Amino acid sequence: MVDFAGWRMPVQYASIVEEHLATRLAAGIFDVSHMGRLTIGGTAAVGWLESLLTRKVAGIDVGRVRYTLITSDAGGQPVVLDDALVSRDADAADGTERLALVVNASNRDRVVAWLTSCLPAAGVTFADRTLETAMIAVQGPLAIQIVGSLCTPADASRIAGLGNYRATSAVVAGHVAAVSRTGYTGEDGVELVVDAAAATPVWEAIHAAGAPLGLRACGLGARDTLRLEAGMPLYGHELREDSDPSAIGLDLAVNLEGRSFPGAGHYGGLRKHPAGRVRVGLTFDSKRSAREGDAVMQGNRQVGVVTSGSFAPTLGTAVAMAMVDRDVASPGTPVEGVIRDSRQPAVVTPLPFYQRDKRRA
Amino acid sequence: MAADLKFAKTHEWVRPEADGVLTVGVSSYAVEALTDLVFMQLPAVGRKVKAGESFGEIESVKAVSDLYAPVSGEIVEVNAALPGKLETLGKDPYGEGWVVRIKADNPAEMDGLLDRAAYDSLVGSQPH
Repeated sequence: MVDFAGWRMPVQYASIVEEHLATRLAAGIFDVSHMGRLTIGGTAAVGWLESLLTRKVAGIDVGRVRYTLITSDAGGQPVVLDDALVSRDADAADGTERLALVVNASNRDRVVAWLTSCLPAAGVTFADRTLETAMIAVQGPLAIQIVGSLCTPADASRIAGLGNYRATSAVVAGHVAAVSRTGYTGEDGVELVVDAAAATPVWEAIHAAGAPLGLRACGLGARDTLRLEAGMPLYGHELREDSDPSAIGLDLAVNLEGRSFPGAGHYGGLRKHPAGRVRVGLTFDSKRSAREGDAVMQGNRQVGVVTSGSFAPTLGTAVAMAMVDRDVASPGTPVEGVIRDSRQPAVVTPLPFYQRDKRRA
Repeated sequence: MAADLKFAKTHEWVRPEADGVLTVGVSSYAVEALTDLVFMQLPAVGRKVKAGESFGEIESVKAVSDLYAPVSGEIVEVNAALPGKLETLGKDPYGEGWVVRIKADNPAEMDGLLDRAAYDSLVGSQPH
């Protein structure tokens, strides 16, 4: 167990490699209740978020989920406060729109403080529901089947029919859950938000239904190796306050046309005039990886720095993500990672390292 | 477990051999706590180490850990087959999974190490 942004969480239940492979081959269940869950409502809710998020929110349909950045210009210089998922839930009884944000545990306090400071005098209600709710991710090729087995046929069929980055509401193991076809593993799967009191029974029901099929409980360690193979950035590592989203490959998360979110001009300028290091994948010729902060070298020249690195269980070799100079960013470029006193050869590799076979049902 | 083993607080075990050389390995507690081992770096034979000095590294998926010399002396032999067969550390940590042999400068340094009961009580009180 480790302290993670104030939450006591397991790095692993048994073995990171076994949990990782179970998620790739069958399913993994992850307690991601540490993620911040914020709700936004009121007649001005959509317009308010549209003015704050890098991703377009105006016109978002009920049941849509979008990956966005949350930026702030409170200190003069625009900064990336967090990356998040924004979704539109079913409308409130009075017909007003309801939206939700899922933010990183490590950034929750400051995101809540920033959004609160931006609240208009009227028209928006904003609540941090993290402690009243729990979040469970079920990921892997059997995830939809396992969760569906705990639902009515109608709910199971609706979940199975959900597109990626779509959300619905369903009753899972007898408890109402917000269900979204999202995740952080590179696998198919869902993330469920339930009332805190339902967390244990829903977890136990999914675990009991899935274990005979190979589902394993997965800790933070496997969550990190899975997202690394899937080439997904992690705030505080690939993505930082001073990041240029374009350089990290996150242009799709930043809609610039006609937008005025904090720092829109700044980020527009960065996109027009690319400069600085870019995010790449590195594949090592060993099981030993450079880790965050390790230098990337080409000869005597430091060409970059590792942002995340690990043995990749699916690939059987070590991989890393790094920010490197643009002239060494082409796939196939040979570099070296400095691991303590030694140098480990690596080659620049397109991201993601791992992509599931989407033809698989 | 053989009762003649001594342990460092840093999870290395030590066994005096008949020829006076000390065999050093990694405790089963440490191997289990690390899990998912991917890499091990051994020192060169002939290297002199001081007690508490790092003489090698063991890397798991989750972290890199140093191996520390339990006593001062000279590395006189290394288990060169081990880095290619890291599973041996889990299967037989006190036998085939030995790591190095050290010729101690001062065998009395052994007295500063923990006996089995003291080591067990140390790790028994540590969270995994």
